[in-house]
Amino acid sequence: MNMAMKVARRINPLVDPRDKRLPRIAGPCGVVIFGVTGDLSRKKLMPAIYDLANRGLLPPGFALVGFARRDWADENFTELVHGAVREHARTPFREDVWRQLSEGIRFVPGSFEDDAAFDELAEVVAQLDQERGTGGNHAFYLAIPPAMFPVVLKQLARTGLAEQTADQWRRVVIEKPFGHDLRSAQELNEIVNDVFPEESVYRIDHYLGKETVQNILALRFANQLYEPIWNSHYVDHVQITMAEDIGVAGRAGYYDGIGAARDVIQNHLIQLLALTAMEEPLSFSPESLRGEKIKVLSATEPVGPFDETTARGQYLGGWQGGTKVPGVFEEGGLRPGSTTETFAAITLEVDNRRWAGVPFFLRTGKRLGRRVTEIAVIFKRAPHLPFEATMTEELGQNALVIRIQPDEGVTIRFGSKVPGTTMEVRGVTMDFRYGSAFTESSPEAYERLLLDVLRGEPSLFPVNAEVELSWEILDPVLEYWTKHGKPEPYPAGTWGPQSADRMIAQAGRSWRRP
Amino acid sequence: MIIDLPSTTASAVNHALIDIRERGGAVAVGRVLNLVIVTDDSAQVEQSIEAANEASMEHPCRVLVVARGLKRAGTRLDAQIRVGGDAGASEVLVLRLYGPLADHGDSVVVPLLLADCPVVTWWPGVSPAAPAIDPLGQLAQRRITDAAAAAQPIKALESRRTAYTPGDTDLAWSRLTPWRALLAAALDLPPYEDVDAVTVTGAADNPSTDLLAGWLRARLEVPVRRRTSPPGGGIHAAVLERRSGPVELVRPDGKVGTLRQPGQPDRQVPLRRRPVRECLAEELRRLDPDEIYYAALQAMTEVEGRRTGATKGSRSADARRGP
Repeated sequence: MNMAMKVARRINPLVDPRDKRLPRIAGPCGVVIFGVTGDLSRKKLMPAIYDLANRGLLPPGFALVGFARRDWADENFTELVHGAVREHARTPFREDVWRQLSEGIRFVPGSFEDDAAFDELAEVVAQLDQERGTGGNHAFYLAIPPAMFPVVLKQLARTGLAEQTADQWRRVVIEKPFGHDLRSAQELNEIVNDVFPEESVYRIDHYLGKETVQNILALRFANQLYEPIWNSHYVDHVQITMAEDIGVAGRAGYYDGIGAARDVIQNHLIQLLALTAMEEPLSFSPESLRGEKIKVLSATEPVGPFDETTARGQYLGGWQGGTKVPGVFEEGGLRPGSTTETFAAITLEVDNRRWAGVPFFLRTGKRLGRRVTEIAVIFKRAPHLPFEATMTEELGQNALVIRIQPDEGVTIRFGSKVPGTTMEVRGVTMDFRYGSAFTESSPEAYERLLLDVLRGEPSLFPVNAEVELSWEILDPVLEYWTKHGKPEPYPAGTWGPQSADRMIAQAGRSWRRP
Repeated sequence: MIIDLPSTTASAVNHALIDIRERGGAVAVGRVLNLVIVTDDSAQVEQSIEAANEASMEHPCRVLVVARGLKRAGTRLDAQIRVGGDAGASEVLVLRLYGPLADHGDSVVVPLLLADCPVVTWWPGVSPAAPAIDPLGQLAQRRITDAAAAAQPIKALESRRTAYTPGDTDLAWSRLTPWRALLAAALDLPPYEDVDAVTVTGAADNPSTDLLAGWLRARLEVPVRRRTSPPGGGIHAAVLERRSGPVELVRPDGKVGTLRQPGQPDRQVPLRRRPVRECLAEELRRLDPDEIYYAALQAMTEVEGRRTGATKGSRSADARRGP
């Protein structure tokens, strides 16, 4: 016991799994952002970097490099970051934290085709290793449209920026869309994997960084209460909804031709389905988790015939939440005549013993009733009711609802006797919420994900196989849609087109009002 | 909303709570723990409530403040209920105890605890010599003291060591977390050499400095020396000697630290003293015994150059402000 503990690689004597309060700071490293002027960078990335610094989770000497086609010096970029942090950071602004952070901010001007600019970038990165001690560890964040990935990746390869050694890592971070169908996703993966090996690729699906999403696993696997009924014996069906109240005007150029299914269902909703339906992983290691997700996604298929089991729509102008809003064509969100959908609903089934016969309804849309994301597990009605029919007229099905945003929490719906002399049973809800203020202190998804990139923790990032499997699930529906019919209009502020109601009604169910 | 219930009983307070809940909708949902704060009836009451309210943003809880007033007065319980905006994300019950009742705070607290939720007791000021034996400490699975708030911080820390019971913790320990994290991160980097010796420097009456020395002794099992820096700066420096040169974390001004390692540029790092609310939020994050804290306490006795006696003067402003 009295022998001096050895400091060896990966065995750090100061670290102990029982020491739960010790935060793990990322090792020396820097981040290079491509596309610094976009919304994502200013509203999410830069504030997240500051918040991490403020929480003491970034390494001393952290470096942030911006690359863009702007005639800027370091100071201009620093100013941009400063503004973004002041406006959007979650934690209070502290001068001392900002000063340390800003000392490591650099800017390289140039276009993506410009060899000289990338040579300069390589130099700046090498300098940072000297001046700031970033140790040759760098993450490249591609906050740019995927069409530009090939040229940037080629440049990173040419300048040696993508080269890793045993002592220094290089990672690449990419955002959705990961292609627009299976083929393009495979092509994109090839392009990326040409330069960075799969274990160095971090695909951001910011939903997976949310506390409540991670809580699905805790709810399911840390409790005895739910797992016994989490199967087709007790579950009638599952509804996964992501509704947005905003239109597409802000992202018009991007959205046209993509649509709601590719934008949301392929990534966020299918990931939520995987977490809801997967079997218990052996452990929470990245391999086991991914293994289970891949298994359940391989068993998932769209249910046909698609003219009955799917629905899509485009919003019209109307009144939403007390404001008059324009329709998608009026606000220039889509080109005239475009058949891109702003609402999409599909029916999936999971072909395994646990879920046989349980439909999973996924829906998403713009300009719907309100902004909400939730997973609703609807249970079968009790097989026998010792009550007379008049007593249970108002009794709905039991439901467990996991609210993901806003107002994170869990709701259980069950029957209860209405006070009074007659026996009347009615559905009531029991609500657990993390407290409205709780979200203030719970980190933003981007903070968590960015820190995981810097620490090399891949659990919360979907891999190649997951991306391709989700396309395999969605592609048949998309193909059917291109060949048959067109989106049905729905007034803004409602819950989508009538075909969505018809679709679920022909399955003998109805949508929950979230 | 603030409701005063002068000269009352615990069951009347309970009634009032249920009443508020019925009239105002479900006010008391989703609380995750009970936080009992034990103080004197002084300015400390409000300071502690403020810290607890801010910590409640992360841990929605029921806060029960046991404020002990004059013992010579007649037996009397004055209660105050705060909910909504006046209580952060928690509900606060301020219980002022007078006369003989002042020694029996547990009798008032027991009927007011939320069912099934864990109980944490926090003494922001003077704490009992053995927190686990104190009646209000016995209610709790976690007991938070603050050695730095004692008149003689180092002596108080000594008594934490001798009276340690699983579930005890001290804010002098949570103030230390950023230092520990940085030192641990420094050893994650090459060269992966053994640490041969350690020196920790800090103000004489700063208990966190002693705990840091104890922690390093416990983890590294090499000679650790504690040195004294001028009062007012909290922890000043930690130096880990290695063959290729020392790893040094130095904070001369109490705000910004410098991390020095051979073959690496000096790195600056914000390392300000942590406010109480931050330490409290950290303490509430885990409710199981902190074995690492225990090991650090025990290993303090093996630290060279450590003074365990009383330091001169009364309560030191420096100790109060943490590491």
